[in-house]
Amino acid sequence: MLEQAEKKRLALTACNVRKGIIEGVFNAKSGHPGGSLSIVELLTYLYEKEMNVDPADPKKEDRDRFVLSKGHAAPALYAILAEKGYFPKEDLKTLRKTDSYLQGHPNMNYVPGVDMSTGSLGQGVSAAVGMAMAAHLKGGAFRVYTVLGDGELEEGQVWEAAMFAGAKHLNELTVFVDNNNLQIDGTVEEVNSPYPIGEKFAAFGFHVIEIDGHDYDAIESAVSAAKARTDRPTAVIMKTVKGKGVSYMENAVGWHGSAPNAEQYAKAMAELDAAWNELNA
Amino acid sequence: MAEVIRTATREAYGKALVELGAEDEKLLVLDADLAAATKTGMFKKAYPDRFIDCGIAEANMIGVAAGLATAGYTVFASSFAMFAAGRAFEQIRNTLAYPHLNVKIGATHAGVSVGEDGARHQCCEDIGLMRTIPGMTILNPADDVEARLAVLSAAKVQGPVYMRFGRLAVPRVFDENYRFEIGKGVYLNEGTDVTVIATGLLVERAIAAVELLKNEGISAALINMATIKPLDAEIVLDAARKTGCIVTAEEHNVIGGLGSAVCECVAGAYPVPVLRVGVEDTFGRSGPALELLEYYGLNAANIAAKAKQAIALKK
Repeated sequence: MLEQAEKKRLALTACNVRKGIIEGVFNAKSGHPGGSLSIVELLTYLYEKEMNVDPADPKKEDRDRFVLSKGHAAPALYAILAEKGYFPKEDLKTLRKTDSYLQGHPNMNYVPGVDMSTGSLGQGVSAAVGMAMAAHLKGGAFRVYTVLGDGELEEGQVWEAAMFAGAKHLNELTVFVDNNNLQIDGTVEEVNSPYPIGEKFAAFGFHVIEIDGHDYDAIESAVSAAKARTDRPTAVIMKTVKGKGVSYMENAVGWHGSAPNAEQYAKAMAELDAAWNELNA
Repeated sequence: MAEVIRTATREAYGKALVELGAEDEKLLVLDADLAAATKTGMFKKAYPDRFIDCGIAEANMIGVAAGLATAGYTVFASSFAMFAAGRAFEQIRNTLAYPHLNVKIGATHAGVSVGEDGARHQCCEDIGLMRTIPGMTILNPADDVEARLAVLSAAKVQGPVYMRFGRLAVPRVFDENYRFEIGKGVYLNEGTDVTVIATGLLVERAIAAVELLKNEGISAALINMATIKPLDAEIVLDAARKTGCIVTAEEHNVIGGLGSAVCECVAGAYPVPVLRVGVEDTFGRSGPALELLEYYGLNAANIAAKAKQAIALKK
């Protein structure tokens, strides 16, 4: 269990990350706020508490790797990387601009701290599996974390990757599924249900853990359990709320891929400021 | 006359991988359940710890290769051209080439010379697909000597390389003095009336075509173009200026391959007639490889006929 002070620190950081997401998407006038907001607690935990990474040496050989397989959640990744000091937070406002290094989907050659270029669904997880294979060949030199959307599970390549990771016993790999239940055309059940998700990963040879993806204690215990496994990869199925933290975006499918207008932007920032102040009170 | 040595370029690929494996501890070879056919099985036998069978899942194999490359490995990933360039096109485009990762694709069983397996396995579109990807290097060696040199050279390139090999045993064209350089075409014959630019197994047939033309009093130059991308524009334009017309020859669709690349090159810089010998925008079929090469006009007679047409088109 995390101490209260630590949880508060993480929650404050998460608040800043959410503001970074809104700032980026608002200035870009496009982007994907819903699925960015749903993975903020996970990214905050991984980067603040868990991963062996160094913003001053983004390519250090033994660093833990993070692959945003759901690459459209780039605003969240950029926001946590900026919080960590990989690049100036001010640059988040350049998201998706022609001359910016912060592309709509992450490019590992442009952005310090990005370990893999992603954004075509199903492909990031394969690259993460390859990284885990590398860690395996190097005697467990580092760990690899990747986040998939629940809609992304409809891509067949996810299961090719899962079969390989299970068959090769890649215990260095932890796959998180952002199970916010929404994709562009509706709920995941309406479109092409990936359920039951946990059973599927278990059948592919994964240790499966189901948690509330906004609960730091649950994330911590899942990550610890994953690290304790020496025989197989772990899949953490996170129940999350798409749009989490901005009232009008929560569980609203329309906020998958659209940007707030000036009025909506002001409301979102006011809500996040209020949340920050409440935490700090 | 010395006996002609016949070896499939895929065989040379397998041997070259073993050669590379001895030099480089960080070299890994991946396959998708075709190690016996792609000849990566030779590497598997020599270095089992550095061979990874990804199973029948080419899309994932490319992603795994990409992930391994980010951790400092030089990765060779192999399958048939159809399933590498075809099935895994988008993975190659987005996960290998966009981040410009150090992965070499060893694509065997290219073209109609696959033979009896027929159209579904005979990839005549791969060069076209790969050529449209920024930063991709494409090598299409003519014989086993050149295939070996292509593999050794590819290992030294930082970034993605697509290497195209055949199933069919083909006659050796080059001797031990042959010098191979990525991005450079090589004159195999000087001539004044027409230039034949050939690649892959059509090179040997183009040599025969030059002889046919010579017997008819036509002086044909011949260029071996093993690197399709980056194309050696210098030698193509040199040929255009010297002979005023060009014939290309390849075991690939006439759309998108060497012929297209040569047309694009001369069109903007020194326009001359270019006629293309290749598969005429159709699918392959089952049959013995050598018969199919005749069936699709991938032979010396057709190259020579096209050469005469090209000469007639000159102003």
